[in-house]
Amino acid sequence: MCSRPEPREPLRHVAVIGGTHGNEMSGVYLAQYWLQAPGELQRPSFSAVPVLANPAATAACRRYVDCDLNRAFTSAFLTARVHPDDPYEAFDFVLDLHNTTASMGTCLIAESAHNIFAMHLCRHKLQSPELPCQVFLYQLPGEESYSVNSMAKSGLGLELGPQPQGVLWADLLVRMRALVATALDFIQLFNQGTAFPAFEMEAYRKVSSVDFPRTEAGDLAGNVHPQLQDQDFEPLRPGAPIFRMFSGKDMLYEGESTVYPVFINEAAYYEKDIAFLQTEKLMFSVPALPMLAP
Amino acid sequence: MTYHVVEDPIKKVAIFGGTHGNELTGVFLVKHWLENGAEIQRTGLEVKPFITNPRAVKKCTRYIDCDLNRVFDHGNLGKKLSEDLPYEVRRAQEINHLFGPKDSEDSYDIIFDLHNTTSNMGCTLILEDSRNDFLIQMFHYIKTSLAPLPCYIYLIEHPSLKYATTRSIAKYPVGIEVGPQPQGVLRADILDQMRKMIKYALDFIHNFNEGKEFPPCAIEVYKIMEKVDYPRNENGEIAAIIHPNLQDQDWKPLRPEDPVFLTLDGKTIPLGGDCTVYPTFVNEAAYYEKKEAFAKTTILTLKAKSIRSSLH
Repeated sequence: MCSRPEPREPLRHVAVIGGTHGNEMSGVYLAQYWLQAPGELQRPSFSAVPVLANPAATAACRRYVDCDLNRAFTSAFLTARVHPDDPYEAFDFVLDLHNTTASMGTCLIAESAHNIFAMHLCRHKLQSPELPCQVFLYQLPGEESYSVNSMAKSGLGLELGPQPQGVLWADLLVRMRALVATALDFIQLFNQGTAFPAFEMEAYRKVSSVDFPRTEAGDLAGNVHPQLQDQDFEPLRPGAPIFRMFSGKDMLYEGESTVYPVFINEAAYYEKDIAFLQTEKLMFSVPALPMLAP
Repeated sequence: MTYHVVEDPIKKVAIFGGTHGNELTGVFLVKHWLENGAEIQRTGLEVKPFITNPRAVKKCTRYIDCDLNRVFDHGNLGKKLSEDLPYEVRRAQEINHLFGPKDSEDSYDIIFDLHNTTSNMGCTLILEDSRNDFLIQMFHYIKTSLAPLPCYIYLIEHPSLKYATTRSIAKYPVGIEVGPQPQGVLRADILDQMRKMIKYALDFIHNFNEGKEFPPCAIEVYKIMEKVDYPRNENGEIAAIIHPNLQDQDWKPLRPEDPVFLTLDGKTIPLGGDCTVYPTFVNEAAYYEKKEAFAKTTILTLKAKSIRSSLH
């Protein structure tokens, strides 16, 4: 696990990426709009660049064409290519816009609490009372980073839900647009020489994933229990029901400790054999983000 | 003076799932009933669960080449079989062979086709013919049995909009549409609702076959008027999205001055026109490509005569 030092230079090259998954429509639609009207992404110290990450998947309104773009950015994959032509390497910071069918509300996704700049950005957003949000850290200790935003020096994923694939809901769109504006404002504050003190913050860190119950043939044998559906970030205690079998029987959570499930019943995760992710709720101490040297 | 419609008993019923491969409730109910069909069996009745578009189900996509639920017209069904035909047209011919032929004496009596929508339509039954006493009676029975859970009836009879649905090969075609549920997701609540609709439908058929007489009844239906597309720019791209006030308001009255679309510049576009309509299929994912943001409907009351089976 590599810890990311705080930036020493102003962040001049910032990208806002929509359509990493072509059927997650809030980011797709905003990126398409900003490509035509980029003024909204400008700040005095930089101009963020809108990117439509996967135009072929967007045109087909599918998550991906051949394989999942958001899981392909490992070094093995990149070095395997004859011409590693990475569009994001040049960026100092990347905002990656996603939707989920799970009831995740507004979720900020960083790889780990070691990403100090991203953690400060999360904190900045959490302080805005009209945009309540949660912070999810997806990297397991020792796990290599594989998201689009890992290619930039720093980055943050915005995950808004619930929203079906292929659908645009106005309230989510408005919320995502406001989040992007807040993030760009934060980068502007940093670039113009604002220091941010150390703080403690609650966040949800990934522990493991849980698959659906399956038949011997690998087909689903049940679905997410009505008592777990839409309960993202709520405590799941030992003995609580997690699946309802098609036979009518309930399956219970047999772990020993309370966990906090997220991405419950996300459409795109059926093929990844994930019914939900288990997280632990932890308090993190994040060091100060010092003022840029003038 | 009372006047009965005497009909033949129902012999053959099919339940279709996976006509759209990413509408998972029907896919998984049908797969479950193929393994364990006790709950859909009724004495003296043949009930056949069937996956209509297995390739689309495997890929968890709506269709492979074209929408299976729009190709059951005589033109497509009569095409000479060849490898060049879209997969769904070839599949439609197979299904017509197994459950039809359409408009013939040999076709199945009733086909239930199970669908999901991303729209907030609740439990919806789709009726194709406003003069069908038998189905009006059945829908009345299902609606009464489901209460207090609401059940809406969508009448898609229209002089120019022709659907050519998969279920249309049966004498009595029944569309069952339950939402909201995202594509590619199974929700337990939606599954329970669809399961109940099928249970009550089969109970109705069983009662009818046993000789029960159903007295005259009336049902309220929402009849399609027209489809409304999104506002688009000169490149054909969507220029405005469903207004938050309209989202999830399927079947609720929508007045001419009410907002229906919102642009990214913050502009609100009202319904316009001069009459109150009842929107449905509001923001259905699969209809973006069909250029349909929602459909306008109007409320009608349909009456059915008393019916009973000819055996008694």
